[in-house]
Amino acid sequence: MKQFTNILVGVGDTVLLAVRAARFSGTLPRQFPRFVEQCYVIGYTTLPIVTILCSFIGSVLALQSGYSMENFGAKQYIGSLVGLAMVRELGPVMVAILVTGRVGSAITAELASMKVYQEVDALVTMNIPPERILVLPRLTAVLFMMPVLAIIADLCGWFGGALVCQMTSSIAIGPEQYFATLTEFMRPRDLFDGLCKAEVFGFVIVLVCCQTGLATRGGPREIGASVTRAVVVSLILILVLDFFVTKALLLI
Amino acid sequence: MPEFTASPFVGRTFGVTIEQLSKSYGDLPVLKDVSLEVKPGEIFVIMGPSGSGKTVLLKQVAGLEIPTRGRVLIGEHDASDSATRGRVHLAMVFQAGALFNSMTTYDNLALYLREHRLCNEAGIRERVMRGLQILSLEKAAHKFPSELSGGMRKRVAIARALVMEPQLLLYDEPTSELDPVMSATISEIIATMREQTAVTSIVVSHDRDLALSIADRLAIIMDGRIRAVGKPREFQNPSDPAIANFFNPVIDLKNPRFKQLENDNG
Repeated sequence: MKQFTNILVGVGDTVLLAVRAARFSGTLPRQFPRFVEQCYVIGYTTLPIVTILCSFIGSVLALQSGYSMENFGAKQYIGSLVGLAMVRELGPVMVAILVTGRVGSAITAELASMKVYQEVDALVTMNIPPERILVLPRLTAVLFMMPVLAIIADLCGWFGGALVCQMTSSIAIGPEQYFATLTEFMRPRDLFDGLCKAEVFGFVIVLVCCQTGLATRGGPREIGASVTRAVVVSLILILVLDFFVTKALLLI
Repeated sequence: MPEFTASPFVGRTFGVTIEQLSKSYGDLPVLKDVSLEVKPGEIFVIMGPSGSGKTVLLKQVAGLEIPTRGRVLIGEHDASDSATRGRVHLAMVFQAGALFNSMTTYDNLALYLREHRLCNEAGIRERVMRGLQILSLEKAAHKFPSELSGGMRKRVAIARALVMEPQLLLYDEPTSELDPVMSATISEIIATMREQTAVTSIVVSHDRDLALSIADRLAIIMDGRIRAVGKPREFQNPSDPAIANFFNPVIDLKNPRFKQLENDNG
């Protein structure tokens, strides 16, 4: 029962944090340098790992589907399978997981240590709401960078798949045929759905990580515990939301 | 979101009224029914042994925590109401400094002025450099807090509060970790600040010299309760043995305190 109330309180606090941060959106123009800094941290520094990981995800997807589709002669459709899978599902989810690990954990650690060492209290006494300068720039930056990262992830996946299809002798599908089937079944709507999911994931990850960080109490040990909790909650939410957002987008 | 345009000094000064304040953490009571009256423009020193609840009291005044019972009024505004911070310009010097570790000393001092758009960059520079000068910190302007010594961090924290030009200044142990000369300087700064700017200061400290030389009034807090309130000269020869012991602890090597405790328990 206690745990259940804690979860409800956590959800409430997180929603409240989003509302409070949104109330300061009028201050965004003069927080532009902070926004750019957060874009750099969230987007640019996550880029290398996104390209590497998603190239391999695309490759392995092509490899596995080549192996299994050969049995019923649907090998030529590998392109569309890899393309759609990356755009609709794996691109956004992979980016979200990487952002959780690379950015979310860092956000929680930073805000938790600011809280523990009373920097947040100092901001409050200075009448500078922490939501304004700590949460808002990060939220807007992640909303700005998630689509960029997701598109790059999709492209890397496609090209990884194309490379494997060409180089693996048992599949042996050239890039022309691969991309022909890929584009044949791809609609703008598929890309839109994928980017929507990426936005939802990014927003939720940063919000949860900010909230967990700012709710930290105690000493250095609690900073570590907060980071763990933020990452675990974010990962669970990504996969749970993935289902519901996909379902909702399919209904529209 | 109120934006300050003029120097916050213009205007009035605020007294602080603490009414039957109690604060517990879980089942642990820290403050028990504390009532105090701090007059506008006064330097009020709160002294007491470690763990007696001084810092907790200051946190309630700053509105960082909500009291379990009772309330704190700054002027006529409730301290735990977040709108109060828009009406009363309050600064707090934290015990450990609470400097922003990701910013240089200069940016630490400039943050308040920048965020509230109090002046342009030239004006900010002038005010920040003056604040650094008062505490002889010019050399530390472009260093990060992690590169500073404990005493310097404390001075930066004080400078940061001075730059804010507050109406109510809360100091949490401003002279701990400082050498005697710097302690005396800090005491002088606290006293001068009041003369120049009609600021109300509440100082939590166990620095006896500071308390007796600059306080208008002082309160002794022991075990979460107010033990005594009065003018410094009333504490020159205290009759209460606990207060006398606190002000002039005798170092008795023949009968040390920790052994007395052992005997009491045995």
